[in-house]
Amino acid sequence: MKTLFKRTAAAAAAAVMTLGLAGCGNNTSSNTSTSGTNSTAADSSAATSSATSNAAIGGEDSTPAGNGGTLVIGSIGPITGPAAIYGINVQNGAQLAVDEINAAGGVNGMTLELNFQDDEHDPEKSVNTYNTLKDKGMKLLVGTVTSGPCEAVSKEAAKDNMFLITPSGSSVNAITAGDNCFRMCFNDPQQGKIEADFIAEKLEGKKKVGVIYDSSDSYSTGILEGFKEEAAAKGLEVVAEEGFTSDSNKDFSVQIQKMADTGAEVLFLPIYYTETALILEQADKAGLDIPVLGGDGLDGLIDVLADKVALADGVYALTPYSATATDEKSVKFTEAYKAKFPDADAPIQFAADAYDCVYAIKAALEKAGVNDASIDSKELCDKLKAAMVEIEYDGITGNSKWTTDGEVTKDPKIMQIKVTDGKGVLTDIG
Amino acid sequence: MKKTTKNNLITFAGTVILCVTFGILNQAGILNSMTSGLLEPIGIYVIMAISLNLVVGVLGELSLGHAGFMCIGAFSSATVSQILVNMGTVPTWLAFTVAIIVGAIFAAILGILIGIPVMRLRGDYLAIVTLGFGEILKSLFNNIYITSDKNGLHFGFTKPPENIDAETKVELLRGAKGTSAPELTNFWVVAAVLIVCLFILLMFIDSKSGRACQAVRDNYIAAQSVGINVTKFRLMAFTLSAAIAGVAGALYAHSISNMLPKKFDYNLSILILVYVVLGGLGSLRGSIIATIILYAIPEVLRIVNQNIIQYRMLIYAIILIFLMLWKNAPFFIHMREKIAASGFVQNIKNKFRKKDKTSGGAEA
Repeated sequence: MKTLFKRTAAAAAAAVMTLGLAGCGNNTSSNTSTSGTNSTAADSSAATSSATSNAAIGGEDSTPAGNGGTLVIGSIGPITGPAAIYGINVQNGAQLAVDEINAAGGVNGMTLELNFQDDEHDPEKSVNTYNTLKDKGMKLLVGTVTSGPCEAVSKEAAKDNMFLITPSGSSVNAITAGDNCFRMCFNDPQQGKIEADFIAEKLEGKKKVGVIYDSSDSYSTGILEGFKEEAAAKGLEVVAEEGFTSDSNKDFSVQIQKMADTGAEVLFLPIYYTETALILEQADKAGLDIPVLGGDGLDGLIDVLADKVALADGVYALTPYSATATDEKSVKFTEAYKAKFPDADAPIQFAADAYDCVYAIKAALEKAGVNDASIDSKELCDKLKAAMVEIEYDGITGNSKWTTDGEVTKDPKIMQIKVTDGKGVLTDIG
Repeated sequence: MKKTTKNNLITFAGTVILCVTFGILNQAGILNSMTSGLLEPIGIYVIMAISLNLVVGVLGELSLGHAGFMCIGAFSSATVSQILVNMGTVPTWLAFTVAIIVGAIFAAILGILIGIPVMRLRGDYLAIVTLGFGEILKSLFNNIYITSDKNGLHFGFTKPPENIDAETKVELLRGAKGTSAPELTNFWVVAAVLIVCLFILLMFIDSKSGRACQAVRDNYIAAQSVGINVTKFRLMAFTLSAAIAGVAGALYAHSISNMLPKKFDYNLSILILVYVVLGGLGSLRGSIIATIILYAIPEVLRIVNQNIIQYRMLIYAIILIFLMLWKNAPFFIHMREKIAASGFVQNIKNKFRKKDKTSGGAEA
């Protein structure tokens, strides 16, 4: 019994350390809650003081306190654990937009406030968080960041008729719960379709496609489904379809060998950038040299590969934004982001999506003529969902319009990584 | 009244009172949405914790794959309830009841299958095998696809089944994308199931079989030598524990609208083990209290102060470490003994004792 006890205690201690490490994953700087936390509409002095602190941290002009009160925007995403980078980017991107809007006088006299909560990429935690945010007076939700939790939360939100716009929850079911749900990014099958179209139209003569995907991930399998459907329609042949799981994502030699054996001419990788980096390295060692096409969020590849960045030369990525992009809107956003969050890593697409979400909400609020933050969240939702399908918002990630089922329509952007002098840059190739 | 009976009664009555109180408060809408949202998951995790306590505390074996049983209970019941609800002729309460029973049966069958080889092992070996088993189950459900259409059920492994009638297509299990069972659970159901499970466990632990298990735990060889069929009793307790975990899984599947196999990983098994260890091995009451407190802490930390939110999990980890030391470190044990022996605490204790005596007298 005594030895068992020791053993159990050791196992539990190991678990605690894991939790502790998860806690360390959060490396956002402390300016996450600058705009008017806890300040109510009536408490103008609190609003002023929060505005001052905002100016002190953000280095912006002081915020005029809106006379329409403070509208609380809830946001949920993982800022700890393996998916933390997405949540942190969304948090920062949304915060940047909120502070910019407040500095410019708010929306119809209302001041915006962002309340971001961590869900650890777990649907159960995400629903708990959603309930907590309701207690904190949330009127609408930007989130959740990841698909699985978004499916769970959107169902709760549909029950409450709470307006929801997810910056990056890309699985089809993430917004099918009700007409209160909208999305800023493409859904997974849409992405797969765009990529198949790209191969068929832009990479001429390449008919044989090899795929390596994460079979334990809904994002990856979702893209693959859409891809295969469109590939069949466009006359592409998927010669190899090799899966791995999140428990076996370090050694890809078997999969790469299969690509070589089947004579694939294009390698399609609908996966996250950490695994893509490993595959590129191992494919290089195995002597496999064929064009690589990745999903969105591949802009992290350049940083992960560091001094081996030459491997990423020529990789295609479907991404609406990149920190190295040279168009005017992207540059402006990247600079503002870096100025506001000097300690954070360079923004990725998720930050841009979140930034656009907040501005899209602003456009919808203006369209609906909402000017009182004390509005009931149900009433607000009805107004916003009517307005969302009417507005057209030209943001960093493209010129977006929404359909009544919440899906976004905008032009896809395929970018290519170009490496010169050991520096990787994502360039728009249309 | 015997001491164990009294103890069990306190545990049971306390749980019933807690369940009823929170159930009524929830029904009346007095609770804020955070608290009422936490009731269901806490109830489910309490069921998990008490069922694991049977293996770890009473049987004295370290099982690291308890999430696996929850997993099979969850996915089997989700499949069954979706099929029944889609038929349209079965009332939802009946579908849900059947689903819970199916979850328990599947988990129990698996408990026996796993238990037969595992219960011949002890200590480290058992821990390793259960750990592997939990991971295998998770991977399995990452790859199983079940789709129904007018022609019946279609199964797929590693990829969705093909040639399905598009109009009547319903995806029951979607591999890594999980499953979406109808949300049929409410707190009353969880509370009722919890009370039934607690009752079964309290009865089992003090039964002949339960005492046999404890004898095996305390001295394996001595238990064998007095003629206890060691493997039989260990297998019995292991299967019961698995079945109850399956029930918890069934409730979980119907309380969250999107359940992914990824949830049932090693971390979940460990999390529940932490609840059991910090609550006290062999003490069901301890498991219940520890689960409630430890599940609530990270959620409550959200609302304390905006500025500490990002240190939430760090604070949680520190609390866990402190609790572990408080329970086990010689320094703290010594300190606790000192406090217990101090005049102040003795005074309070004496007062309570007197009260006990007078009330006992009134009864007589």
